[in-house]
Amino acid sequence: MSKRVGMEASFAIAEAAKLAETEVVAAYPITPQTHIVERLSEIVADGELDAEFICVESEHSAMSACIGSSAVGARTFTATAGQGLELMHEVLYVAASSRLPIVMAVANRALSGPLNVWGDHSDVMATRDCGWIQYFTENAQEAFDLTLCAFKIAEAPEVLFPLMVHLDGFHVSHVVEPLYLLEKEEIAGFIPPLRYPFPLDPRKPVTMGAFAPPVLYTESKKALEVALRSTKETILRVWKEFGDAFGRYYNPVESYRAEDADTLLLAIGSFTETATVAIDTLRDRGEKVGLIRLRLWRPFPFDEVRAALRSAQQVIIFDRAISLGGPGGPLCSEIKSALYQEPKKPKIVSFIGGLGGRDITPQQFEQMFARCRELIDKKIDVEYETIGVRE
Amino acid sequence: MDRYSVFVPRLITSKEYFAPGHRACIGCGEALAVRHVCKALGKDVIIANATGCMEIVSSALPTTTWRVPWIHSLFENTAAVASGIESGLKVLQRKGRGPDKKVTVVAMGGDGSTCDIGLQALSGAMERGHNFIYVCFDNEAYMNTGIQRSSATPFGATTSTSPAGKKGIGQVTWKKNMPAIAAAHAIPYVATACPSYPFDLFEKVKRAKEIEGPAYIHVFSVCPTGWRSAPELSVKLGRLAVETGVFPLYEIVHGEYKLSMDCSPLRPLVEYTKVQGRFRHLTEDVVQQIQERVVKNYADLQKKASG
Ligand SMILES: Cc1ncc(C[n+]2csc(CCOP(=O)(O)OP(=O)(O)O)c2C)c(N)n1
Ligand code: SF4
Ligand SMILES: [Mg+2]
Repeated sequence: MSKRVGMEASFAIAEAAKLAETEVVAAYPITPQTHIVERLSEIVADGELDAEFICVESEHSAMSACIGSSAVGARTFTATAGQGLELMHEVLYVAASSRLPIVMAVANRALSGPLNVWGDHSDVMATRDCGWIQYFTENAQEAFDLTLCAFKIAEAPEVLFPLMVHLDGFHVSHVVEPLYLLEKEEIAGFIPPLRYPFPLDPRKPVTMGAFAPPVLYTESKKALEVALRSTKETILRVWKEFGDAFGRYYNPVESYRAEDADTLLLAIGSFTETATVAIDTLRDRGEKVGLIRLRLWRPFPFDEVRAALRSAQQVIIFDRAISLGGPGGPLCSEIKSALYQEPKKPKIVSFIGGLGGRDITPQQFEQMFARCRELIDKKIDVEYETIGVRE
Repeated sequence: MDRYSVFVPRLITSKEYFAPGHRACIGCGEALAVRHVCKALGKDVIIANATGCMEIVSSALPTTTWRVPWIHSLFENTAAVASGIESGLKVLQRKGRGPDKKVTVVAMGGDGSTCDIGLQALSGAMERGHNFIYVCFDNEAYMNTGIQRSSATPFGATTSTSPAGKKGIGQVTWKKNMPAIAAAHAIPYVATACPSYPFDLFEKVKRAKEIEGPAYIHVFSVCPTGWRSAPELSVKLGRLAVETGVFPLYEIVHGEYKLSMDCSPLRPLVEYTKVQGRFRHLTEDVVQQIQERVVKNYADLQKKASG
């Protein structure tokens, strides 16, 4: 039966990749992803997993090798962070357009410069539009569960998309937490063997990655977009199946004490756990506040987001990334655009913080609620405010 | 001798894996080279191709020139893609899935993709020892994007980014010695070849196929469009490159150099340069300077091969 252990989230992800019987891992080390691939290389070296571990010379080659191994029909896993994800950038788009079900864990990290190895969501936001399924995990248990689900979702014949499992660098990746690990016997049958429908195989030659002239490029992009949107059904189904089998349910948008709230805080990643402490404190004071955590990032869960925010009067959006010279918080601008056409929509206040690994305390979340009220009462219009910045 | 002419064509398969109907320019030496390499490889192959002329002329959606499994993804990552293919096949075949026969994994790229932007990925793949063949089709510039110089462009050649002008003489750097770089990885097999010598090319591809581990073949590929030479001269230009010593044919087997044919005494360089627009601006002095370098390089190579 599943056993409760204390384990670092990075190791839990490696365990999930092992349980999924990953066949090829191609990876390059970068803080804070290192523990995931170090653990996996040990697992392979110990013969616990029959896989090829390709110690590539860069992340660009890591993702390129993943394209190769996935294209011959081998189950493929990798992990990266920050600069590594950036170096992969152009390769990510090809993995998606080639419909290769690669699974990648991303230990979210700030982007240089200045150099900073700690966590934030700059890397995620820069690869927002690359055509991958992407979701967030907030602790070791979620990282484990949702890495397992990732293989089942990505490889489903009606899906065939690469998938990124995000976890906050250090705040999740390096924290030892109690979690339930699943045993091989329990998971048996949950992830069917990969049968990639058109692998590179001399018995049935296929051409992959032909170029599209202007008369076809729009159609191919549109088809990809439609297909990516339609993966949501399978994502929901797999999460439900996982919940039914193992008792832990996941949803595109999740809430905490949000019912009857007039003010909601919306955030992604591990800081939502800190925010719950602030919500409890404020609720104890009689304030009608609640939390919305966005789990599914791509395809973006428009309906769920709209439904979750519909009855609030104001929504605080907390971003751990900054769109330089743009609208401030990238998460905020997505939420705003999702709500723009709604007949009744809440006021939106945007906060940016937690950049480059800086902590946000429950008190700071409380301050965001207070400041939100102040901004709205005094009718102060600002693009965004930065939490805890020394000016 | 007439028996010979009956016999020789039979040595080469009539099967085409790089099918006719692609859109390469008339007289393209690179397309000829790819076609021959594919014939030598046979059908049990998976090819990863870099962005460049050969990818563009062969794969406009929804058509394809390729009768073997083929993948293109980007310009600089072909060797890494091939690494993934080789590793994927290895584990699948170990588990009793995937192709039932031995499959040769091949990466292909132009000189730009090989010697410049993809050098790191290639170095990584050779160093890791993947069992694959890398074939560089060297037409001595970035042809696909309009004849810009690469590190494989020869000294003195005019290109769109190393133009000859009132002051400039064209490319002012010497061609990068890519086969030596490959050999420095201590891989088991390195060779140079040219489609003007098809049997030699065939043999080298076959040898690369048989050898376990990484093999690197550098194929001289005449580009009439980029070199401003007559399309009907392409095969002859390849021969001239070899006979003048500009592009000697050799193998490096487990580190041992072996000349495929000794061309000394070398033909004078001008016979090669004078028929190409890219060298037409060169003064006698510069041609002489290049000539001296060619002679020296050839002598060095002979020394290595005898040594
Ligand atoms: C990252 C990146 N940079 C630049 C390009 C543009 N590009 C495509 S093909 C090419 C030149 C190809 O030259 P080479 O490898 O020598 O092949 P050839 O076309 O000469 O056969 C260039 C510069 C690209 N596709 N990707
Ligand atoms: S530009 Fe040169 S290499 Fe490219 S297709 Fe034309 S002749 Fe061949
Ligand atoms: Mg070229």
